[in-house]
Amino acid sequence: MSTPTLDKHSAALDAAESTAAQKITVTFRIRRFNPEVSADAQWQDFQLELDPKERVLDGLHKIKWEQDGTLTFRRSCAHGICGSDAMRINGKNRLACKTLIKDINPEKPITVEAIKGLTVLKDLVVDMEPFFQAYRDVMPFLITKDTNEPTRERLQSAEDRERFDDTTKCILCAACTSSCPVFWNDGQYFGPAAIVNAHRFIFDSRDEAGEQRLEILNDKDGVWRCRTTFNCTDACPRGIEVTKAIQEVKRALITRRF
Amino acid sequence: MKIHKYDTVIVGAGGAGMRAAIEATKRSRTAVLTKLYPTRSHTGAAQGGMAAALANVEEDNWEWHTFDTIKGGDYLVDQDAAEILAKEAIDSVLDLEKMGLPFNRTPNGTIDQRRFGGHSRNHGEAPVRRSCYASDRTGHMILQTLYQNCVKEGVEFFNEFYVLDLLLNDVDGVKKSAGVVAYELATGEIHVFQAKSIIFASGGTGKFFKVTSNAHTLTGDGQAAAWRRGLPLEDMEFFQFHPTGIWRMGILLTEGARGEGGILRNKDGERFMEKYAPVMKDLASRDVVSRSIYTEIREGRGCGPEGDHVYLDLTHLPPEQLDAKLPDITEFARTYLGIEPYTDPIPIQPTAHYAMGGIPTNVEGEVLADNTTVVPGLYAAGEVACVSVHGANRLGTNSLLDINVFGRRAGIAAAEYAHKNEFVELPEDPAKQVQDQVERLRDSNGTESVVALRTELQECMDANVMVFRTEQTIKTAVEKIGELRERYLNVSVQDKGKRFNTDLLEAIELGNLLDLAEVMAVSALARKESRGGHYREDYPNRDDVNFMRHTMAYREVGADGKESIRLDYKPVVQTRYQPMERKY
Ligand SMILES: Cc1cc2nc3c(=O)[nH]c(=O)nc-3n(C[C@H](O)[C@H](O)[C@H](O)COP(=O)(O)OP(=O)(O)OC[C@H]3O[C@@H](n4cnc5c(N)ncnc54)[C@H](O)[C@@H]3O)c2cc1C
Ligand code: SF4
Ligand code: FES
Repeated sequence: MSTPTLDKHSAALDAAESTAAQKITVTFRIRRFNPEVSADAQWQDFQLELDPKERVLDGLHKIKWEQDGTLTFRRSCAHGICGSDAMRINGKNRLACKTLIKDINPEKPITVEAIKGLTVLKDLVVDMEPFFQAYRDVMPFLITKDTNEPTRERLQSAEDRERFDDTTKCILCAACTSSCPVFWNDGQYFGPAAIVNAHRFIFDSRDEAGEQRLEILNDKDGVWRCRTTFNCTDACPRGIEVTKAIQEVKRALITRRF
Repeated sequence: MKIHKYDTVIVGAGGAGMRAAIEATKRSRTAVLTKLYPTRSHTGAAQGGMAAALANVEEDNWEWHTFDTIKGGDYLVDQDAAEILAKEAIDSVLDLEKMGLPFNRTPNGTIDQRRFGGHSRNHGEAPVRRSCYASDRTGHMILQTLYQNCVKEGVEFFNEFYVLDLLLNDVDGVKKSAGVVAYELATGEIHVFQAKSIIFASGGTGKFFKVTSNAHTLTGDGQAAAWRRGLPLEDMEFFQFHPTGIWRMGILLTEGARGEGGILRNKDGERFMEKYAPVMKDLASRDVVSRSIYTEIREGRGCGPEGDHVYLDLTHLPPEQLDAKLPDITEFARTYLGIEPYTDPIPIQPTAHYAMGGIPTNVEGEVLADNTTVVPGLYAAGEVACVSVHGANRLGTNSLLDINVFGRRAGIAAAEYAHKNEFVELPEDPAKQVQDQVERLRDSNGTESVVALRTELQECMDANVMVFRTEQTIKTAVEKIGELRERYLNVSVQDKGKRFNTDLLEAIELGNLLDLAEVMAVSALARKESRGGHYREDYPNRDDVNFMRHTMAYREVGADGKESIRLDYKPVVQTRYQPMERKY
């Protein structure tokens, strides 16, 4: 079945395959902080040449490798899967590795700073411990009460599996939690990411500890703090409908049905 | 310097490390040291699936899986290990399901399965549906599920601790493992962990290539630490080049895309795999497909202005199927290439993907100091290790399986070892090597830069020891790597601080890559045959008479302090399968 169908190329494909170098000069304006050097944070500008198809992460690497080795940020996978490099880019939380230069206005300086609400330790690196603590607090693991484990897999209909699909995508990058005004004001709030991960289990037909998790989230620092500002949904690089998940948890708390 | 004492220390919190930790924590006092937060390990990038002959959707059994693994590995697989892998696969998948992994389901509620390259019905008759999957984020779900269960078991993690050295000590003439030395990223402090048993689960080493599916952090730290302490590395010449990386970026597009019906096409729109693998076509084993792609490119049938790639065509698949089964990879095409995979074919090229070789172990995960002697108390599992279940070429979905089967085995064995044995005394001044290394780099005023050396290394590796190799290209690589290693002595870093000094760590990681690249090239030079992922244009055939054996590379230091690499060989374990010509 050799069907030559590819003689017509879309403009997008032609652009993607283009090998013509088209570098532009951009300015990165980065919020620097290193307590080994100074107690104060300050903005620093860097000029560099980038292809608009490159990622903000490529720009940060270029600065680190060619201009200033002390610039510090976390990264690993470079394609939006590991959750290491959430940062505020032009005032919005994004993954540096999933943001292309052409998708933000490169004519003006591109501002890059650490995510908010977690203590900055150096440049773009924040203390993740409170974030992971909130995650651990919602008991993010399957709990079943059966004393006799089945020998084969537990059965789950495709429909039941679909029920919590969206919230299984979370990569714990903290973009949502650190975009939430409630969290900025009060770090005790569990924050959207922890609720997303509670949702993932509450709505899993195999899990039997939904009630317990709901009780945890019924706490004064739980879901009721959410003011539905949708910042979290906008920030999520995995496209998770975070606010919807929080609403579903709230509804489950009222109806005790999930 | 701080000293810690644990029964069992695990280095790495990817799939292998956390699967081991779940077992070890139940049985012994365990610490997991990891340079990344556990959920950021590269296991999370795996997409396609995990193989197990569950036979949920069609007839299948573990014996067929064993055969496919051995054949896929071009008969360099240790057959006893492959049999364990295939047999324990079934419980391994069921265990993950019970831990909560949200696998995709069949209409009757069991775990769904799909096709993957090289996995066949009845010894090569036709493709079989053996890969258990969770959309195209199976690795993500495995990593999350294992982390969730580590939280449940209360596993103790030391996050952002870089292990830079392995401590061995002689006890009555036997080399035993005593501990590891780690560098804490947040503070720059050096920590010594004394342990009765140690498991290396620190992942792969793909970053010595330029076009690769591997994360920036996959720099072979575990392999390098063992190597510098005189332990051998097995089959390092065997590296897998996955056929479908995004052109120039290397980001992986899972083989599951072809499992779902995706087709590779050249610039004429021809489905060229029909020529090279009439039965399995686009789902032939990876080394075969990668070579076919480059053959098309070399013969002038590549796509794009420079004819340097081919297409992965998904346009004939219904958008609903792409959304349900391949949402992440179609999103990658949209984000990074700006194209719409519903209607545009995706430009791809082979990408450096997986290290078949590594630290040699037996099937219990015990590390070998030579062909037969184990290092008491030392274990390895996952991509860092070479059991060898993948031989000369790993089948897709067999690595997520490997990390679960052998991660579990190593976790149990290491904890049991810790019960029966005492601490080995730490060598004198245990942190010295690491302290010296860190101070030398921090204080150096050298003129060489890390990025320049790393770029030259990566370009040299891509040009000379990728899909096609010859004596000439490999020699070029050996020479270049030698030069780079010399220049590395003169490298300096800009960041002289203690806090989160990633500049310094990148320099250390580069040192590891350089050492391992040399082992790979030297091992490849000596293997004058073609087998699996190692293809020599000057020796295009497999040579079972001379090379049906594993390479064992050893670091030697002469009286004058000069380093060299000595190669030795280890027999392949053959049980019931006789080597045959590999056809797909
Ligand atoms: C893009 C991609 C897709 C893949 N898809 C599939 C698939 O569909 N099916 C399949 O079977 N296989 C697949 N593979 C292969 C498979 O995912 C990997 O081989 C496997 O996940 C490796 O697991 P690991 O636990 O050995 O290592 P990793 O998951 O890489 O973990 C390594 C761990 O070691 C730690 N570490 C490293 N160095 C140090 C150090 N110096 N000190 C302390 N800690 C350290 C890291 O922090 C990390 O926690 C894929 C691979 C890639 C790259
Ligand atoms: S919900 Fe989205 S933004 Fe929040 S932690 Fe998870 S992946 Fe990140
Ligand atoms: S580097 Fe992994 S998400 Fe960006």
